[in-house]
Amino acid sequence: MSTMAIDKAGPRRNVKYGSMSRDRTWALRWSYFFLVLFAIFFLTPPLYMVITSLKSSAEISAATNPWWVFHPTLSNYVELLTSNQFLRFFWNSSIVSLVVVFVTMLISIPAAFALARMKFWGSATLATGVFLTYLVPDSLLFIPLFKMFALVQDLTGITLLNRWYVLLFIYPTLTVPFCTWIMIGYFASIPKELDEAAIIDGASWLQTLTRIFIPVALPGLIAATIFAFTVSWAQFLYPLVFTTSIDQLVLPVGITTTLIKGDVFNWGQIMTGALLGAAPPLIIYAFLMDYYIAGLTAGATKG
Amino acid sequence: MADVSLRKVVKRYDDVEAVRGIDLDIADHEFIVLVGPSGCGKSTTLRMIAGLEDISDGDITIGGDVVNDVPPKDRDIAMVFQNYALYPHMTVAENMSFGLRLKHYPKAEIKARVTEAARLLDITDLIDRKPKQLSGGQRQRVAMGRAIVRNPKVFLFDEPLSNLDAKLRVQMRIEIKKVHQKVRTTTVYVTHDQVEAMTLADRVVVMNKGRIEQIGTPNELYHKPATRFVAGFIGSPAMNFVPCLLEDVGGKLNLRLTDRIAFPLPPARAARYNALPRADKLQLGIRPEHLTESHAHLEPGVETFDTVLDVTEPMGMETLVYFTLEGTPVCGRVNPNAGAKDGAPMRLAMDLNNMHLLNEATGLVL
Repeated sequence: MSTMAIDKAGPRRNVKYGSMSRDRTWALRWSYFFLVLFAIFFLTPPLYMVITSLKSSAEISAATNPWWVFHPTLSNYVELLTSNQFLRFFWNSSIVSLVVVFVTMLISIPAAFALARMKFWGSATLATGVFLTYLVPDSLLFIPLFKMFALVQDLTGITLLNRWYVLLFIYPTLTVPFCTWIMIGYFASIPKELDEAAIIDGASWLQTLTRIFIPVALPGLIAATIFAFTVSWAQFLYPLVFTTSIDQLVLPVGITTTLIKGDVFNWGQIMTGALLGAAPPLIIYAFLMDYYIAGLTAGATKG
Repeated sequence: MADVSLRKVVKRYDDVEAVRGIDLDIADHEFIVLVGPSGCGKSTTLRMIAGLEDISDGDITIGGDVVNDVPPKDRDIAMVFQNYALYPHMTVAENMSFGLRLKHYPKAEIKARVTEAARLLDITDLIDRKPKQLSGGQRQRVAMGRAIVRNPKVFLFDEPLSNLDAKLRVQMRIEIKKVHQKVRTTTVYVTHDQVEAMTLADRVVVMNKGRIEQIGTPNELYHKPATRFVAGFIGSPAMNFVPCLLEDVGGKLNLRLTDRIAFPLPPARAARYNALPRADKLQLGIRPEHLTESHAHLEPGVETFDTVLDVTEPMGMETLVYFTLEGTPVCGRVNPNAGAKDGAPMRLAMDLNNMHLLNEATGLVL
């Protein structure tokens, strides 16, 4: 109530602010300060990458201002985009990520629906268990996983190691638990009456899932999709361990293994490759963000 | 259209008995309201009829068929939920037709049924909107429309008006009654609001602690309650309960309320209560409208007494007066022109022709 100070002339009126907006103004100022600070902090590295990607190797190694391009060139981009090797990495990454997203959704959605809605013995424990598996780091898992796949390869004679498609089996171990967990949360937030109404309308469990839950939980589905794609696209350790031949590599591993030759770092191409590699997730975010934010559950029940 | 009957229906959750063996016969076309305080088992009973809850014991039949193990979709029922439960991603028309589309009805018939239901509920203009573009009352109409298009054997309503504001609730109550008059589908309606129960029902089922206290028409429940619970639950303001004794004075039966106040009982009442043991602890049940201001010409059986009012509440068409009898708070309804004032003395008249006498120990109306 500090704004309510009363002097002899009567209550003092602060014309500019009401009691609420004064607080709000200060909150806004602090928000701007920290948000700008964050933006600078996180946007500086990509900016540096863009600057470096526009330089020739000679300019990068020259002792000039690193924050300025004196002789801009697109040669790095041209070289990478015309290199079959780089396009191969890009293709491998794309196919692996898309298939993994598809497989993840195929497993996570029904799993989350079952865990969130079909109360069965042990469902709560299972839901926790699913999440706990996500907490085991890949740096612990890659050796046992490698041994497992080596064993399967020995027993079946199917070549799995050093093939890009082995990643299709490995990535879901990262994506399925987390996506299931996200979807459990979204499905659980859907009012119970909605599936009861569907049941009374004559929908089977599968119809309830496909015609009610999936459309209503679309924002959650998109969040899970983005997550699964980003994880698959950016995964480094597993592809580094499981694939070695140049034609089997995905983008992150490909860039670091082929553009660093011995102790020679081709910085211009590394930065260009990383930027090009970051583009697909960015584009996907841009397209799906609108859906992600739109509150589709509004109007289901009261309020 | 069908009759519904419940035979010794029990619902147990682990060791808690939510519904303790209820019997209920609902005739074809009947509008039945289950009413009671929260936790009395009324919603559980409705959900068992719907098939959303398994029954632990007993039988439920719809149209003569035992449906204990029949899934909800095959019971041919429709349900309206408290929070509407509309599918948020579908338009009003899609919401209403969802059940029919799942059953692969011909498109022309779906359209005809939706149009007819929309006309009946006066929501024709809203047919292409999404639920979030509708007000609470409109959403509730759509929820009813979704039930009507199915043309089910039984309508089930689970507190459908609880989320609406008071004015809209009264309006929708009348709408529901009109719809039932037109559609005549057997209806089971759950509410905790006794006014809704009284105004809508052909017969009201009063439930308490998982049991049925009384089944009857609204008037029967109001005028001839079977138990103290029903007497206190139905009617607003609630019935007054005052400890009392029966006395024989000069061959006549007297009702003693306090040391000061005792009334001779009217002959009909005296005959009815004469056989009661005089030592029993009894309670007088008297509705506020039978405690009014005193007149010059009182009918037989109406007795007067003097009291001091604690609080008065002018309601416009009447004034509620509150006072105590031997420490028991009592409410009466007097004419707004009777001159009732806070803290003022007043002579009141008690209509003993409409009194109830209850056994304090058993809670039964005698």
